[in-house]
Amino acid sequence: MRITIRLFARLREIAGASELSRDLPDGSTARHAWDHLAGEFPAIAGYQASVSCAVNEEYARLTTRLHDGDDIAFLPPVSGGN
Amino acid sequence: MSPGATDGLRFRVTAEPLDAASTTALVASSECGAITCFIGVVRDHNAGRRVLWLDYEAYAPLAVKAFETIEGESADRWPSIRLAIHHRTGRVEIGEASVVIAAASPHRADAFAAARYAIERIKQIAPIWKREHFEGGETWIEGATADPLDETARRAAFERACV
Repeated sequence: MRITIRLFARLREIAGASELSRDLPDGSTARHAWDHLAGEFPAIAGYQASVSCAVNEEYARLTTRLHDGDDIAFLPPVSGGN
Repeated sequence: MSPGATDGLRFRVTAEPLDAASTTALVASSECGAITCFIGVVRDHNAGRRVLWLDYEAYAPLAVKAFETIEGESADRWPSIRLAIHHRTGRVEIGEASVVIAAASPHRADAFAAARYAIERIKQIAPIWKREHFEGGETWIEGATADPLDETARRAAFERACV
């Protein structure tokens, strides 16, 4: 299946793209997409513990199962400040 | 006023300058005796650095949904509350508004609390990132892992709102 991966902020910079299209095996989860990405861009792996994700413009869990045509966004920690 | 800030939507992400008066006007109604307006402004220093400007990046459709979620959470606690949240993207200069929150309620206590709650929650769950350009460099400012279902974070935002 083919999915679109959206990246923001530091993740976007590491990958050098805000949007990627990738083929994943059927039955893949958001975590599989992340692992695929971390394999391709090793510097991304440092965000493993802090990343969150959204599937088709809704917050989702890394355990969420993906489907052909899905749009998954990986979100680094959001802006702090006080 | 810029056309971007006046098109009547209560929850928006925009590259146009923000206008607090027009954001505030979106929540006004005859049954509300109080409107609070919080303006987050870019300041010239952070962590001992001289800040030159900030660049904001957002996942706009999800950010708007996060703002709607924040209003829903606020309404659970303060039933008559009505919010408007406008956030800037792109380069924002020192002294310019990066976020405007307007909260309207029949009475002032709820309006103050809800505006405070909204900014705390935005910092927790809105998919918005800021890159700080300071004298001598630039860096992403990374805060919390964005997780709307994290009840501990939500409770912490309520506690800060109700001090």
